[in-house]
Amino acid sequence: MDKVVSSADAAVADIGSGAMVMLGGFGLCGIPENLIAALVRRGISGLHTISNNMGVDGFGMGLMLEAGMIASHIGSYVGENRRLETLVLRGELNLTLVPQGTLAERIRAGGAGIPAFYTPTGLGTIVAEGKETRTIGDRNYVLEEALHADVALIKAWRGDRHGNLVYRKTARNFNPVMATAADLTIVEVEELVEPGVLDPDHIVTPGIYVDRVVVGAAYVKPIESKFIQARGTA
Amino acid sequence: MNGKERIARRIAREIKDGFYVNLGIGLPTMIAAYVPAGINVVFQSENGMLGVGPPPMGESADPDLLNAGKQPVTELAGCSFFGSEQSFAMIRGGHMDMSVLGAMQVDEQGDLANWTIPGKMVKGMGGAMDLVAGARRVVVAMEHQTKDGTPKILKMCTLPLTGKQVVHDIVTELCWIRVTEEGLVLTEVAEGFDVAAVQARTEAKLIVSPDLKPML
Repeated sequence: MDKVVSSADAAVADIGSGAMVMLGGFGLCGIPENLIAALVRRGISGLHTISNNMGVDGFGMGLMLEAGMIASHIGSYVGENRRLETLVLRGELNLTLVPQGTLAERIRAGGAGIPAFYTPTGLGTIVAEGKETRTIGDRNYVLEEALHADVALIKAWRGDRHGNLVYRKTARNFNPVMATAADLTIVEVEELVEPGVLDPDHIVTPGIYVDRVVVGAAYVKPIESKFIQARGTA
Repeated sequence: MNGKERIARRIAREIKDGFYVNLGIGLPTMIAAYVPAGINVVFQSENGMLGVGPPPMGESADPDLLNAGKQPVTELAGCSFFGSEQSFAMIRGGHMDMSVLGAMQVDEQGDLANWTIPGKMVKGMGGAMDLVAGARRVVVAMEHQTKDGTPKILKMCTLPLTGKQVVHDIVTELCWIRVTEEGLVLTEVAEGFDVAAVQARTEAKLIVSPDLKPML
């Protein structure tokens, strides 16, 4: 049971043009930096991406956008990416905005064998347009369908050869849920350990969800909105 | 004290001991600094953290420890981390006592618009639609008018909605307004303004509360 792959390039070598790809991360926090770089080097195109955000100009998924790899995107917030905004306003990229909690739950459902679910989120807004609604009890709900991808690109802090994963602080975000919702889940970890090292009680993603593990390197981890407290507040 | 600080300070006094609260990006984030002594509140950040502490001092920022505004924060004792699906389960599931959000428009039905201007802005709603659908109390914190003096408190929102009939309270630098089935009830007015001055800057008709108080 050794899922370790020699390099990020080897890990993504069989991802083809047109694939539907989930990418973990919130903003630039907890994104699979090495796997994104490898995907850009592969030079494929027409990808359908699912990710909460879309990086920024010059980093993260912004690099995929600049390489012209993305045909459509499903996410909840893309405000930090001017290039994307331009492409969408020109009608050159198909963007679907989904409320963040609905996005997370659609992915959870996709990994858990639930085809759809009712949620109060978005009721009475354009998000609910064209969707089935239903009254349950004294409240109305919108039917939202599960999301499942061909590939999930995940970033974890520590992982073992079985693919058991532990995350670090808010770099967890969408990574564990996306790990469950793809045919092929590829994980990059900052530190690879031998099976038995991670406390089984602390494992967040059990290895059953993971197909490939690669050790990441040279993390940049830019802080998107650097906000250092320069003076006391209140 | 400027208008935004006045709004933040006033809302902070509305937070009760033991509350779990989500503060939106921008103005609402300022509220944390004004929570009165003796009130224990746990701030949630929808990217996956409970027990969010103030920004770090100096250069100790950790890129793996950010709030939903992508700003570095610190850990308070008893904090916890979790994934996005768990984060929104606690939001959608009604576990947040209060959610404070900014707004572009809000109306007398309690409808909120705060995420898009068609043809001009492509950003996304982030977690706002889930927060307004799930929190027990939704408070809008915003400046009373746009920068060019256009009212933001309307009879009916004209921008795409974030949620329908979801807002409980509207707090601006001028006043506190409660959203009721009868309409918008003016309950507090800030120093330097009176009811007529607030109404003149508000499109929706305000009902003046019999218990109208100064907003401190």
